[in-house]
Amino acid sequence: MPDALPAATFHILLALSDDDRHGYAIIQDVAARTGGELKLSAGTLYRSIQRMLEQGLIVEVRDRPAPEFDDERRRYYRITPLGNAVARAETRRLAQLVKLAYAKGFAPESA
Amino acid sequence: MRFYEVLLHLYPASFRGEYGAEMCAIFAQRRRDASGVAAALALWVDVIWEILFNSIAAHWDVLRQDVRYTARALARTPGFAITAIVVAALGIGANTAAFTVTDFVLIRPLPFPEPERLVALWERLPGYTEMELSPATYRDWKSMNKSFDVMAGYTELPVNLVGQGDPERIDRALVAADLLPTLGAQPAIGRTFTATDEREGAPGTVLLSYGLWKAQFGGDPGVLGRKVLLDCAPSAVVGVMPRDFHFPSREVEIWTPLQFAAGAFEDRNDNWVNCAARLKSGVSMEQARAEMSVIAARLERQYPKENSKHGATVNRLRDQLSNQSRLLLIALCGASACVLLIACANLANLLLARGLVRQKELAVRAALGAGRERLVRQMITESLVLAIPGGVLGVLLAVTAVPLLARLVPNSLPIAQTPSVDWRMLVFASAVTSLTGVAFGVFPAMRAGRNADLSGLREGSRAGGGRKERVRSILVIAELVASVVLLVSSGLLMRALWKVQATDPGFRTDGVLTLRTALPMPRYEKAAVREAFYTHVLSEIRQLPGVSRAAYISFLPMTMGGGIFPASVNGEILSRAETHTASMRFVTPGFFSALSIPLHLGRDVTESDSINTPFVAVVSQSFVRRYWGNENPLGRHFQFVERDRMVVGVVGDVRVRGLERNSEPQVYLPYKQLQGGWAFFYSPKDLVVRSDAPPATLVPSIRRIIQSADRQQPISDVRTMGDIVETQTASRSIQLRVLGAFAAMALLLAGIGIHGLLSFTVSQRSQEIGVRIALGACSRDILVMVLRQGAWLAAAGVALGAVLAYAAGRAMEGLLAGVTPADAPTFLTVIGLTLAMTLFGSLLPALRATRVDPITAIRME
Repeated sequence: MPDALPAATFHILLALSDDDRHGYAIIQDVAARTGGELKLSAGTLYRSIQRMLEQGLIVEVRDRPAPEFDDERRRYYRITPLGNAVARAETRRLAQLVKLAYAKGFAPESA
Repeated sequence: MRFYEVLLHLYPASFRGEYGAEMCAIFAQRRRDASGVAAALALWVDVIWEILFNSIAAHWDVLRQDVRYTARALARTPGFAITAIVVAALGIGANTAAFTVTDFVLIRPLPFPEPERLVALWERLPGYTEMELSPATYRDWKSMNKSFDVMAGYTELPVNLVGQGDPERIDRALVAADLLPTLGAQPAIGRTFTATDEREGAPGTVLLSYGLWKAQFGGDPGVLGRKVLLDCAPSAVVGVMPRDFHFPSREVEIWTPLQFAAGAFEDRNDNWVNCAARLKSGVSMEQARAEMSVIAARLERQYPKENSKHGATVNRLRDQLSNQSRLLLIALCGASACVLLIACANLANLLLARGLVRQKELAVRAALGAGRERLVRQMITESLVLAIPGGVLGVLLAVTAVPLLARLVPNSLPIAQTPSVDWRMLVFASAVTSLTGVAFGVFPAMRAGRNADLSGLREGSRAGGGRKERVRSILVIAELVASVVLLVSSGLLMRALWKVQATDPGFRTDGVLTLRTALPMPRYEKAAVREAFYTHVLSEIRQLPGVSRAAYISFLPMTMGGGIFPASVNGEILSRAETHTASMRFVTPGFFSALSIPLHLGRDVTESDSINTPFVAVVSQSFVRRYWGNENPLGRHFQFVERDRMVVGVVGDVRVRGLERNSEPQVYLPYKQLQGGWAFFYSPKDLVVRSDAPPATLVPSIRRIIQSADRQQPISDVRTMGDIVETQTASRSIQLRVLGAFAAMALLLAGIGIHGLLSFTVSQRSQEIGVRIALGACSRDILVMVLRQGAWLAAAGVALGAVLAYAAGRAMEGLLAGVTPADAPTFLTVIGLTLAMTLFGSLLPALRATRVDPITAIRME
């Protein structure tokens, strides 16, 4: 089984899967999707982004106006094909893990 | 908002530069979203916590990346990496070892509670600043002073111990009952002494050192209360001191109570009590000194004759070591600092050369967006990656080297023989390591920072010209300077050692074996018993094959400096405070011939010089010169130690106090004219045997003879006379060996430095050289061109080095035994050596320069 992807990385990839986003939008998207469970801090976000840029999971798309920052121009990030592949691989890994857990009888009670 | 920006400075600059603005924007957004004081407060707590965690993590990320990058780069050039690590290890190891010993001897507080309050007290007499106290002075000082919590006397007096197994001669300290409380020392088991133990005639008690307890009694806790024989007197063991307790010196293995006989307080000039004291808290050294001089003045008024010109000296107990030991260590530290300097210069040069070669690589990285700060940081990480393994290796080196330096630890301090390796060493080593890393990394890093522009990418740009080469030349010159200083210092010390070793001790050491049989006193109090022992032992030993001479003396030269008494020719028996003094030794007939001390006039002492015949003496030449000039001294009388004595012989002078000190004139008295209480200390105990048999075969026979004379008599200090003389220069030769090794290392490193610099220059200038050759320059011109550069470096290094070396020599003049710091042979040799090394270092690059092929060189353009 391949190594787990850091949670922050996976969530960022998920946030970028449908649209290019800037940093604050990623934080909000992650928070919304996890019901406020996971609030990425600015530092964690940009450390992850830096690493993901180096690994080629995402690329930067510069200079698009951000509506909520008025006229300030922000950096936008876009998922790469490699990023897509990694996200898929992580999904597969998680799915297998869950299947394994079910097989052992660990079904969540509410399900 | 401003505060948030300040907090962002915790992040690496590159990270901040990249994302700072974004993070500020996000923070501003969150501020806007957080309404109310509670929410704002929660946001701040959250943010501060987050920044602390993430900034450390971000630094870690950068570090990991740099280390990984550096490791990859170094793995491609293992030769460079290994050279750099070894050079760093040598520098760091030398410094760590030197520091450990120096710290142990000079800096670290003594192993007692509140050690800064402990002092040593001495009487100051005309001609002596530090003289032991007389019992009367000790008693008076103790009762009169108000500066000290406690004042306690002690003295060292070896003793014969019969406990388990063979009788042994053991170093013992007689201590006042309050000495151990003064020091704040507790016994490991049992108790220390009480006032009852101190009383004259009290039953004998003894405290054992941890080492003796383990060795003699197997560490048996049941040893308490057991009786041992000390000089035939039964004494009960009352306690065992802890393993790391040493006082007054580390040789002492047992302690017994200091008892004063009834008459001990009569003679105010019988100085033999050492004194330690603990300052009252809040009392300064100056206050104590002031009070003690007032007390001394009061005693002088009270006893105008005996205490005339007596003062008091108060020293910190910590500082009771000779100037020479201190200088030896400081010189050692200076030398190791030189080695480190050279190592750093060498490493900086290696890295600079590498940095120049990598200029294109750095320019590429700069073009790809790496900021200047990022590149500098990378370079420093790189030098630290080299320095840290160097540091680890250096510590290993130091740990192995420290025990070899143990002889530099003087005997006079109450500390262990071998410096313990502890956290201080590790702290020091890490400090030196980081310093080294930064020091040799900083030049190349600055360079990398400055040059991180696109000029490096231009095709054909030549690295290493102009300014850069000047920095590198200065580094090489610094190496040369440091190695000249080291070479000259070792040279001067070597000359000093030779000079000391060449000093005529006044006797011949070859073929002389010595040992000590100290006769315990109540048993050997009667002269007849002693004389029977000497006669039996000496006559038997003289029968042994190979033995030509055997004799006894009170104390061999260079083993004891004391036993000094005033002598006069005016018929008056002088008080001991007089300054015309001579050393007194009792000898058996044949002592002078056994040590080959020349007999210039008259006769040796004989068996017929006894208590019933006139008191006679054999004196040394300086004694004759002092009292009678060139007149015939034979038959003349002088007054010495309670008696009128007649000169019957004159012998050559001997260095009683050692090779490097002036000695008083010597007076030798016949052993049969030793009487009364003097026998206690001065009865002959050192045996001298001259033979042509090897000591190893001789010793067992001598042992057997002594055992047959007295089965309980221990034998100690078995050594040759040569060993005794050699001990005099032992710390010198150790220091010289260390310094010599440092100097050799320095010279080698400097040579490597020159070679590195010139090779690099030649490779950088190969196009120019090619052009010159193409234009008709012959190989001699090229050779001279490169050698000239080397010669220039050497000249600058030697000139500056010679000046500094002279200054260093002046600073350690106290160690030079009279050799001048401007000693011409030393300087000439060092200059010659340095020039030879320079030539050696430049030759290879110079030859390579002549072999530059003009066509290839120019085509490379």
